[in-house]
Amino acid sequence: MDAPLRLIASNPLDQLARTVEALLVVASAPLTAQELAEAAADDPERVEAALGLVGERYREGRSGIVLEHVAGGWAFRASREAAEACARLIEKPAQRNLSQAALETLAIVAYLGPCTRPDVTRIRGVAADSAVASLLERGLISEAGRDEEAGGAIRYRTTPLFERVFGLESLSELPRLDDLGAGVDEIRDRLHAVAEKRTA
Amino acid sequence: MIVRELELDLDAFEGPFDLLLTLVLKDELDLVELDVAAIVLAFLERLFERDELDLDACGEFLVLISALLELKARGLFPEEAAELAELEPEQAAEELARRLAEYRRMKEAAGWLRERLEVEGDRYFRIGPAPLAPRVEPTLAPHDPARLAAALRVLAIPPPEVSLAHMALRFPPVVQFLERFRLVLKRRSRFDFDQEVGELSRIEQAVAFLALLELRREGEISIEQAAPFAPIRISRSDVEREDSWTLRSA
Repeated sequence: MDAPLRLIASNPLDQLARTVEALLVVASAPLTAQELAEAAADDPERVEAALGLVGERYREGRSGIVLEHVAGGWAFRASREAAEACARLIEKPAQRNLSQAALETLAIVAYLGPCTRPDVTRIRGVAADSAVASLLERGLISEAGRDEEAGGAIRYRTTPLFERVFGLESLSELPRLDDLGAGVDEIRDRLHAVAEKRTA
Repeated sequence: MIVRELELDLDAFEGPFDLLLTLVLKDELDLVELDVAAIVLAFLERLFERDELDLDACGEFLVLISALLELKARGLFPEEAAELAELEPEQAAEELARRLAEYRRMKEAAGWLRERLEVEGDRYFRIGPAPLAPRVEPTLAPHDPARLAAALRVLAIPPPEVSLAHMALRFPPVVQFLERFRLVLKRRSRFDFDQEVGELSRIEQAVAFLALLELRREGEISIEQAAPFAPIRISRSDVEREDSWTLRSA
């Protein structure tokens, strides 16, 4: 049987782990090790060590609460085995019924952001207004200043909520663009074949 | 099957194909909003329903839809249209391939995100608007209320009234000069304007000149000036007439 969820008070790192645990319970968004260290008035390296302890106790299969590294910080979430029960209790408005247009727009903003609506339109070939509005409303993207070159168009970037909803530690976890676009070479070859016929 | 009567139910438009074309040509519907593929799908569905190949309809549809596509393409790249037209077929193919590749990658990224969403769909977490850090209230240094009151009292005193004395251009009434000139003309039949008003202030001279013009308008005097800036001579009208009569009779 696993050890009970009780930390030994005599060990100072255990005490810090309890503080970290408390901070994560009251936080509504992921906290970085730096933020945890500041709130706990302790050393960031010791906080990392304490996070190791907390993570060991709160992991899938051992606890209904799971510690995860997400959106550049640390946060508690429900264990996956409790997902069905959670689904009966709460909704997930951020990701419900995301259309194909919204997902493509989200991908463009995630890879090219901060970028403007005209940027999205240029790539997708369809006006992006409603997709952008929907993503803004869901809190998956947010405004990030204006593009002075493109007539002051508003620029957008993905939010920490986006990373959290998609379970990403950071945007660098997205697949590399070079690894996407299978069959692109085939398209290119076919287009060039057509071009050669025209020149001939 | 009549292509123009094809009923469409799109995000941006609902109605017959014919009306759609009219709206597009009148610039009342922005082609950017239009999903051309959805129109093609609608046509194909109708074609399948009929279960026979209507070549006339297909031909007509092909012409219309390709025109629509060309319009849309031009609309999407307005400033680049000219540039693209000048490209060699090889270059154009490369440019087109580049754009298609860009979109293909984003489309696959979107697919990756959708899969990710399914895999991560059983992750539940708390989202709340609670602020992370307690907001530090800006603290004010301790102050004596009496000092604030004293400062306000200074502001409460009405400022000294601004003197407008320097702006007082006192215009004497024109009538004054009318009477004056009439008196002069009773004694003498002519006089020199500069001599008469030379000692007065500039303003008074100006008003005196107005009086002069008024007398002239009434026909009481005549005014002569040999050259610009030469002395202005004034004479009674009847005197001038008498003079001319005298001269003529002499």
